[in-house]
Amino acid sequence: MDVDNGRVKKGINFVNLVDVGDPATIAAEYEKQGADELVFLDITATNQERSTMKDVVESVSSQVFMPLTVGGGIKSVSDMQKLLRAGADKISLNSAAVANPSLITEGAKKFGNQCIVVAIDVKRNVKAGYYEVYTHGGKTATGIDALKWAKKVVDLGAGELLVTSMDKDGTKSGFDIKLYQGLSELVDVPIIASGGAGTSSDFIDVFQKSTVDGALAASVFHYGEITIPDLKQTLKVQGVNVR
Amino acid sequence: MISIIDYDAGNTFNVIKAFKYLGIEVQLTDNPEEILKSSGLILPGVGAFGPAKRSLEKKGLINVIKNAVLDKQIPILGICLGMQMLFEKSNEYGSHEGLELIPGEIIVIPEKHGLKVPQMGWNENQLKKNETDFAFIANEYTYFVHSYYAICDQQYLISTVDYGVEIPAMVQNKNVFGAQFHPEKSGDVGLNILKTFSEKVVK
Repeated sequence: MDVDNGRVKKGINFVNLVDVGDPATIAAEYEKQGADELVFLDITATNQERSTMKDVVESVSSQVFMPLTVGGGIKSVSDMQKLLRAGADKISLNSAAVANPSLITEGAKKFGNQCIVVAIDVKRNVKAGYYEVYTHGGKTATGIDALKWAKKVVDLGAGELLVTSMDKDGTKSGFDIKLYQGLSELVDVPIIASGGAGTSSDFIDVFQKSTVDGALAASVFHYGEITIPDLKQTLKVQGVNVR
Repeated sequence: MISIIDYDAGNTFNVIKAFKYLGIEVQLTDNPEEILKSSGLILPGVGAFGPAKRSLEKKGLINVIKNAVLDKQIPILGICLGMQMLFEKSNEYGSHEGLELIPGEIIVIPEKHGLKVPQMGWNENQLKKNETDFAFIANEYTYFVHSYYAICDQQYLISTVDYGVEIPAMVQNKNVFGAQFHPEKSGDVGLNILKTFSEKVVK
């Protein structure tokens, strides 16, 4: 769930955000449906909204009992501690990890590798022929090769990667299978695929054609186009191991 | 009252929230008198065995917990690292003695093809004991985050999960209970475990 000023929002290719609702209400509904984990990303992440995010995590974790990953604008170990104390189970680092990679190691040492997720927003750089890392909510191109960056953050202590294809985000045209195939050959921590889920067969594809450990979706669930129980049933029938 | 033992080892907030949600009164304490007066104990834990053990020692709680559990027969539920600490010893970064409340030891999960260590995620419980208040865990998924697991005799197993090796998920030795997974992160089934411990085991 992308959270903007305490509300869940969703856009397409990271822009044109639409209000979807209250985080705690939506989280409780997804728990009822059988979601396995929830990810909350504070997509504006200004200082004044830091405390709003803490409140969101607190209210969600008082009512919803499944793993919660929280990210957006986290710049220090003490930011991480605040969100963990509010009820987060994992911390997701994105722009801050690029700006200061040692933050990954500091967090992993203090809270354990399993606690540190590195979120990577990736856009295919067609001209130069590689996957490029973007930061600041997809606004800043870094010139960093996403595959090399993935390897590096795992060496630094990341226990999980949440990799979003910006080309696919919100388009409902399927996951970027190639990207995940490349990544899963390189690193041995769990990889969560994100961006592009449109139909149940997109989920089947990403699980059958790459070795990702999880698939994240927002739009299709927010707008009820796919329900989690139906999706899980379909995956089961296709031989994908699901809860 | 049920006491959650406070020894600065990891995230107790979510355990407390789960009890609150269930409407079960708990207190977070490191006070020996309070611990010995409790109707039940929860030993939480996230992190590494060695530092957690030292933290219990520093607070003088090793013998307090043993007294409470062995002499006063107070039921205890260890969660994740808290469960591992109930066993005799662990070889996580060196060799450490545990609380010795369940015979057995803690070793690292062997790396097998296709299975990542730590085990992070949901796994399905196989029931190993029929005479238990926790039989509802059969074929239910619970949420795990761990790199080490317990080796113990079959008689102590309530449930196991398959992760290349058979991993004890819930264990019991008389009034000593342990869950390798996180009940506070395992949805309804997890909440039911905390509720059952509080209402059926704790009297």
